[in-house]
Amino acid sequence: MKPGNLTRIITILAILFFYLPIIVVIVFSFNSSKSPEWTGFSLRWYYQLFTSSGYIWRTFLNSIIVGVSSSIVSVVLGTLGAISVYLGSKKFRKVMWTTTYIPFTIPDIIIGVSLLIFFTTLNVRLSLFTIFIAHVTFSMPYTMMIVLTRLHDFDKSIIEAAYDLGATKSVALRKVIVPVAMPGIIAAFFMAFTLSIDDFVITFFVAGPSSTTLPLQIFSMVRFGISPVINAISTLLLLGTIFMSVALRRYVRYII
Amino acid sequence: MPGSSVSIIEVDKYFGDFHVLKNVSLEIEENEFFSLLGPSGCGKTTLLRIIAGLEDVDDGDVLLDDKSILNLPPNKRPVNTIFQNYALFPHLSVYENIAFPLRLKKFSESEIKRRVDWLLNLVRLEEHAQKKPSQLSGGQKQRVSLARALANEPKVLLLDEPVSALDAKLRQELLIELDNLHDRVGITFIYVTHDQAEAISISDHVAVMNSGVVVQYGTPYEVYESPADTFVANFIGESNLMKGDVVEILSDEYIAVEFPSFGKVICYRDKPVKVDDTVLITLRPEKVRIMHNKPTPSDGIPGNVVHGIVDEVIYMGYQTKYFIKTDEGYILKVYKQHVSYLLDERIIKWKDEVFLYWNPDDSFIVEVEEN
Ligand SMILES: Nc1ncnc2c1ncn2[C@@H]1O[C@H](COP(=O)(O)OP(=O)(O)O)[C@@H](O)[C@H]1O
Ligand SMILES: [Mg+2]
Repeated sequence: MKPGNLTRIITILAILFFYLPIIVVIVFSFNSSKSPEWTGFSLRWYYQLFTSSGYIWRTFLNSIIVGVSSSIVSVVLGTLGAISVYLGSKKFRKVMWTTTYIPFTIPDIIIGVSLLIFFTTLNVRLSLFTIFIAHVTFSMPYTMMIVLTRLHDFDKSIIEAAYDLGATKSVALRKVIVPVAMPGIIAAFFMAFTLSIDDFVITFFVAGPSSTTLPLQIFSMVRFGISPVINAISTLLLLGTIFMSVALRRYVRYII
Repeated sequence: MPGSSVSIIEVDKYFGDFHVLKNVSLEIEENEFFSLLGPSGCGKTTLLRIIAGLEDVDDGDVLLDDKSILNLPPNKRPVNTIFQNYALFPHLSVYENIAFPLRLKKFSESEIKRRVDWLLNLVRLEEHAQKKPSQLSGGQKQRVSLARALANEPKVLLLDEPVSALDAKLRQELLIELDNLHDRVGITFIYVTHDQAEAISISDHVAVMNSGVVVQYGTPYEVYESPADTFVANFIGESNLMKGDVVEILSDEYIAVEFPSFGKVICYRDKPVKVDDTVLITLRPEKVRIMHNKPTPSDGIPGNVVHGIVDEVIYMGYQTKYFIKTDEGYILKVYKQHVSYLLDERIIKWKDEVFLYWNPDDSFIVEVEEN
């Protein structure tokens, strides 16, 4: 066998290995019975999901609230950070680059534990608000990096050109830097949203009793056995994600 | 749009410990085409940025029409810049790039349109008005940045190597266009380049810089014909630089110099020298004539005659570059322009024995070492 063929086969197997479980989930969400073998096509789990699973939708709503709000705040802060790094001196850039880079390598579990300790020390009651803070915290390095990557595609001289042509600093910011950064800002928003929607580990530590998110809910349901309703909601989530990434493919290159 | 005069007065600039501009003084006349010429890294861009207000000075002053502009921020100076990489706004169309400074001044939409259309016509980009910068060629981008910089009707236009990123042929075209544009808008142009041919071809005055120092200021003729020192002689055009000893003062105007490389030669005495001083003499290759037969005084040549052998021939169509090895083994560059049909002459070939001669006025002193 030629080495070219071997690598091709390995690649195909790896991709299959990645997609197979996902395909299984989709297929079994349409299964007519609870059993792990195919008994016929049915939409009963979807029906159940939409009619008698209010608790799932509440957690889904929680996830959306946290996802949207934390992404907005994270993108605003990340963009401001990226702009100050972009405009800052070389030294500042180096320091900021390192301090932003380190969080990528810190395990989620450590971020989760330290945030929990932080909140309990300050006597903050665990709630959706603490989840929101946690999500802003862990997604900000990503949003900042994504916006910075976009800005670095352009030489700083465009800002000097704006000054030269009569713009004040704030006009240059509004009319040049932010519009130029916009594709990065959009990419950063969806990255932050995606990170927030499916975060389990960190959320697990900082969630309160009445602030369950969808991933926490799914996990707790799985502990009592896999309900095909979970397959149904997973399939819908998957659909949403695919739809989003297709719609956003022109921004994808700014996502690391 | 009348332009302004610019005075740079004893400007010093440091980046940390690095002394980038050393006591630079320049007078730039109103409405002239002024070139700042020097090798890469000599501080040209820095000086331009100081005039634009994008960089502070550590000492000295910058005047526009005799008034200091140092306390004005860049957006308040009647000066606009063509950046080395054009710095077009990537998110705006050609039209909106040019309209950018006009919108900041809150002109009416119809006034903006009138002015942008005029500028688009000036740089011949009417058909490209709606394109984004990423869809333009290098030459087109350069013209957009030119139109954008002129939109504010500045009194001085600063151009930082505006054609250096383009290929040679386009470069020539754009230079001619730039020259025409200068005639049309009639404001002061300060043009930065490391290319001596560009600078001397279009400027009214040229300042030659080296490591943060202005080494020579003058018209293109002056800097070409009488370079102030070895650096200028080498940097502008090409030259033969030869070191020899003064053996005789012939008159107020001429000296005899003995070169170990090819004997005794008469040179122009453009600096005060005495017998026994060591001098560095420059001689432009195109000022030397080359022929097979030894010239006689009846040829009307009072000049210097040197004998040698052709060591290298580079035929370039409009001229031929010869490298002649003198009897003493020195290589002298000689460029012969072809002003008539070449094949009618007896062509000078490799290994031919030749005589070189030139007018003593063309070999002159650039540096003196007293002994
Ligand atoms: N912001 C800066 N910080 C430190 N050194 C600089 C800075 N800008 C330019 N320099 C240095 O100053 C010197 C002159 O630069 P510049 O004016 O750009 O030269 P030129 O345009 O003649 O090539 C160079 O050695 C360059 O590295
Ligand atoms: Mg430069």
